[in-house]
Amino acid sequence: MGSLGDKYAIVGVGHTKLGKVPGVSSIGFNVLAIKAALEDAGLTREDVDGVLVKYPTSGFSSLFSGKLCQALGITNKLMAVIDLAGATIGTMVQYAAMAIDAGLATTVVCSYGDNPLTGPPGTYGRVNSDDAAFGFVGAPAGYAMAARRHMKEYGTTSEQLGAIAVAFRKHASMNRNAQMQKPITLEDHQRSRWVVEPFHLLDCCLVSDGGAAVVVTSAERAKTLNKKPVYVMGWGQAHPAWDIAQRESLTVTGAKRSGEMAFKMAGVSPKDIDLAEIYDCFTYTALVTLEDYGFCKKGEGGSFVQNGRIELGGELPCNTAGGLLSESGMPGMLLLVEAVRQLRGECGPRQVNNAEIAIASSQGGILTTHATLILRR
Amino acid sequence: MTEYAGPLPTPTIDTAPFWEHCRKHELRMQKCLDCGHVRYPASVICPKCYSENSEWASMSGKGTIYSWVVFHQAYGAFFAGIVPYAVAIVELAEGPRMLTNIIACPLDEIDIGMPVEVAFEDITAEFALPKFRPLGKP
Ligand SMILES: [Zn+2]
Repeated sequence: MGSLGDKYAIVGVGHTKLGKVPGVSSIGFNVLAIKAALEDAGLTREDVDGVLVKYPTSGFSSLFSGKLCQALGITNKLMAVIDLAGATIGTMVQYAAMAIDAGLATTVVCSYGDNPLTGPPGTYGRVNSDDAAFGFVGAPAGYAMAARRHMKEYGTTSEQLGAIAVAFRKHASMNRNAQMQKPITLEDHQRSRWVVEPFHLLDCCLVSDGGAAVVVTSAERAKTLNKKPVYVMGWGQAHPAWDIAQRESLTVTGAKRSGEMAFKMAGVSPKDIDLAEIYDCFTYTALVTLEDYGFCKKGEGGSFVQNGRIELGGELPCNTAGGLLSESGMPGMLLLVEAVRQLRGECGPRQVNNAEIAIASSQGGILTTHATLILRR
Repeated sequence: MTEYAGPLPTPTIDTAPFWEHCRKHELRMQKCLDCGHVRYPASVICPKCYSENSEWASMSGKGTIYSWVVFHQAYGAFFAGIVPYAVAIVELAEGPRMLTNIIACPLDEIDIGMPVEVAFEDITAEFALPKFRPLGKP
């Protein structure tokens, strides 16, 4: 098959209430998100013949995708649970396009929903390896380990990481769906308690309940539907895969190879990108991803994110709805939802002027997996 | 000793020999008998040459800090009693890197590149944890 660039489109996006949302199961969040995305696309369950879903971080039973299809009233040709942590988001869209191209399906929903805040306790602090014997528990520590290495190798500072938190909160203050809407200052960031040093609390993403979903179909079909199609121009994946202690580098991530692949497929370069929705489970994750995508040189991410460059009105507006740091800690699907809405011009006070091309990253584990999508209106 | 309340290692078929050696205060890792590569964590084959032949070779116990963090947040009651504490990736002289704790060192003196050596800490009758302290410190 030839290049799949521009042949498939995201035609619907949707999400549930975000933040602390008690009383909804992880299946429930997926169902409600898919319902919203289908309504946005002007499609019904009869139109859907593929369902891809990220496994819930809070735990799941086998054949989770089957249970989801049952709740949706959908029998289909394609279904799967994908286990790439946060990078599942970007990869689901890629696999949806490939499956449609191969004739396996015509219209595929990609979803993630979970209830780590009000559901089963201890989701993100779960002990699951011998590392716990050394007190190496929870998500922040591995990223903090990588950030420390970046600080040593390149002189990156906590204040520079703080600039990312401040920028994304500013954007969230313009998003009434965001979990955290009150602006913060660099001083607030510096004064927030240490979680795992060198990370302050405000370097860490939120823990959130919620769900979000997108609908993928062919470019031809997309032209007949409700909303302006958002075409998938390019994609990439790269998964460093190994435990962080065994990784060749802590300061170069899967974003490098994944980004190179996506830019090549899309036929564009970083200077063509109007806005970026960058996975920001921690401030450092956004910084290193921007470097690896080539928006600045390796090691210069710290100065790149300062002085408003990544804010609305800046050179490269990033995470215009607030990201994982301020909109919702739900791993990444909302970044994709926001990229689509920006390219449709639906973002009101936080709309990027004349947004034509966007990049959306997703990644997971401890910089273990990575996926990239480049989208255009 | 009073009962240890922290998380214990959970040896698998692959990792049980590593922990049994630690119990005896020996830091041993699998060394490939065909290409000489020292691998960690334990595995059934050499990831370099796919040989199945290996021996549990004795390590020098010396290395340097590759990166490190300080836990201030306590994940559970046991850790609430020991925060702040340092977790590091130590690169052994023989090559492998391992996750461990840095002990017997003020937290603000820890640095990347610092030379360290193994110091076993008996936590139960079955387990000793291979932690690291600054090299040459009594
Ligand atoms: Zn070998």
